[in-house]
Amino acid sequence: MTAEATAGAEDFVFTPENRAKADAVIAKYPAGCQASAVLPLLDLAQRQNGGWISRAVMDHVGEMLDMAPIRVYEVATFYTMLNLEPVGRYHVQLCRTTPCWLRGSDALREACREELGVGLGGTTEDGLFTLTEVECLGACVNAPMVQINDHFYEDLDPARMKDILRALRDGTPPPPGPQTGRQTSAPASGPTTLSEL
Amino acid sequence: MLRDSDRIFTNLYGIQDWRLAGARARGDWDGTAALMAKGHDWIIDQVKESGLRGRGGAGFPTGLKWSFMPKEEAPGRPHYLVVNADESEPGTCKDRDMMRHDPHKLIEGCVLSGFAMRAHAAYIYIRGEFYDEAVALQAAIDEAYDAGLIGRDACGSGWAFDVYLHRGAGAYICGEETGLLESLEGKPGRPRLKPPFPAAVGLYGCPSTVNNVETIAVVPTILRRGAEWFAALGRPKNTGTKVFCISGHVNQPCNVEEEMGIPMRELIEKHAGGVRGGWDNLQAVIPGGASVPLLPKSICDEVLMDFDSLMAEKSGLGTAAVIVMDKSTDVVEAIARLSHFYMHESCGQCTPCREGTGWVYRVMLRLIRGEASVDEIDLLWDVVGQIEGHTICALGDAAAWPVQGLIRHFRPELERRILAAKVGGGGAAEGAAAAAA
Repeated sequence: MTAEATAGAEDFVFTPENRAKADAVIAKYPAGCQASAVLPLLDLAQRQNGGWISRAVMDHVGEMLDMAPIRVYEVATFYTMLNLEPVGRYHVQLCRTTPCWLRGSDALREACREELGVGLGGTTEDGLFTLTEVECLGACVNAPMVQINDHFYEDLDPARMKDILRALRDGTPPPPGPQTGRQTSAPASGPTTLSEL
Repeated sequence: MLRDSDRIFTNLYGIQDWRLAGARARGDWDGTAALMAKGHDWIIDQVKESGLRGRGGAGFPTGLKWSFMPKEEAPGRPHYLVVNADESEPGTCKDRDMMRHDPHKLIEGCVLSGFAMRAHAAYIYIRGEFYDEAVALQAAIDEAYDAGLIGRDACGSGWAFDVYLHRGAGAYICGEETGLLESLEGKPGRPRLKPPFPAAVGLYGCPSTVNNVETIAVVPTILRRGAEWFAALGRPKNTGTKVFCISGHVNQPCNVEEEMGIPMRELIEKHAGGVRGGWDNLQAVIPGGASVPLLPKSICDEVLMDFDSLMAEKSGLGTAAVIVMDKSTDVVEAIARLSHFYMHESCGQCTPCREGTGWVYRVMLRLIRGEASVDEIDLLWDVVGQIEGHTICALGDAAAWPVQGLIRHFRPELERRILAAKVGGGGAAEGAAAAAA
């Protein structure tokens, strides 16, 4: 791992700006129920910490929420979106579940492997990309699809997949959503309903 | 076919403005306070009369569920409405469209449903991966506060009502209602033993009701247009409209709102452009998301898309996520992928599920290649039966049902592969692939 990638492993505190955000999140829950904020705070901390959660992050969040460290650790290890190891700047998560598989997710995986030169779980040497396979992401009528950081890229094929990765490498992220020009989840040739309105 | 004038989600595809101005133009937030003035019990009775059944998969009558909530708020025990937006059932992506394209229907639904159950707060638990959807929904919540539609005096009704959005972090099990409550309380999403049910002991130990996004989002329209209108759509005990998600081997995968009880074939051919290669190229359909047993073409020819029709065929409507598989599909691998899903998503607290889902997946992997004996099909049937009904939550059942469906309808294919592997030696996998193609 590069020095940059492991930065934050030793100590962690929220920036003043994020501290204010965290306080606003805690205020959503009744007094004494501040543990409810653990997932949102871990997510916020992960963003601040370059995409992953170190022990120092968990301890800081636990202190803020008055939770025993073990209670934070068991949460952090339970949820797949919390990364316990550094990931690349772009975390490419390929959906592998049946609806995406039926429409060619295996070919997307191969396209990613070819383009990035890493296998599943791997991070490119330049630290730009981490490739993982995940279960159903909930965009099944736009299959096959991947999630890259916060966004869904849908209606993919191997060529479009490679185009997206190249564009990210070039620093020009393409707009998320369907990559075929289709209107969200409507039939590709246009809606069959809602025309009378 | 359902008329457009009877559709509830008129911005399903996000063609129009999803913000407050657009929502108001579509009729949302119209006379909300007047509906509330008719009283808590009037709303519950209307929902009962509409015949609305929960849209999250189980199909439990919504009005009845609401009536389990206490009639009075006990001191220090506020009531909560919790909206299950953890949409994770493979094949399902309908709540996503409602939250990003029609978020005000959900927020208004929270006010009316929460008021009916004497709650002053709703928590919407959205799956963490839906980041862009959460951004849109939060923006809509903020607009609703600014416009006085929620807050200290929601819609000028005199009833205080808050709506909070809470993002998950990636765990299918948090779509189970008590797993969701655990997660919302800041713990791993391990389902709770029931009873007590959430209506008695729910979020923070207080009376709570957990409902799916679609269930809550249709409530304002039902109250405005009348329970009779909703009940007249669909079939008895299977009323109203439903947003279907049609994925897999169709020419035009899509989401679409249709009438309950529409024939499966009509649904696929009218809206999804038909099965790839024509209806006769159909092999099987999973009609209601990963958890329900698949159906072979012979049943798909005639079956109606509602709770009771699909249950009569030993499957279910589930979340109405229709996963279509044409004849090129390796149907054993299609189900094995789902077995992998349940193995990955088991929370691990019940032994039959924690151990069983991995065991089932490993057997399924061998069945893909025919590397098993015929007896093992019976053993698999027996073992999934021992998972089913022997766990705290329904994930164990959900892991069992797709495998049961496969054995029920495709046993000859499983046996053929085993035989081919015996005859062909190491070439069984290729044999299976060739047979599937």
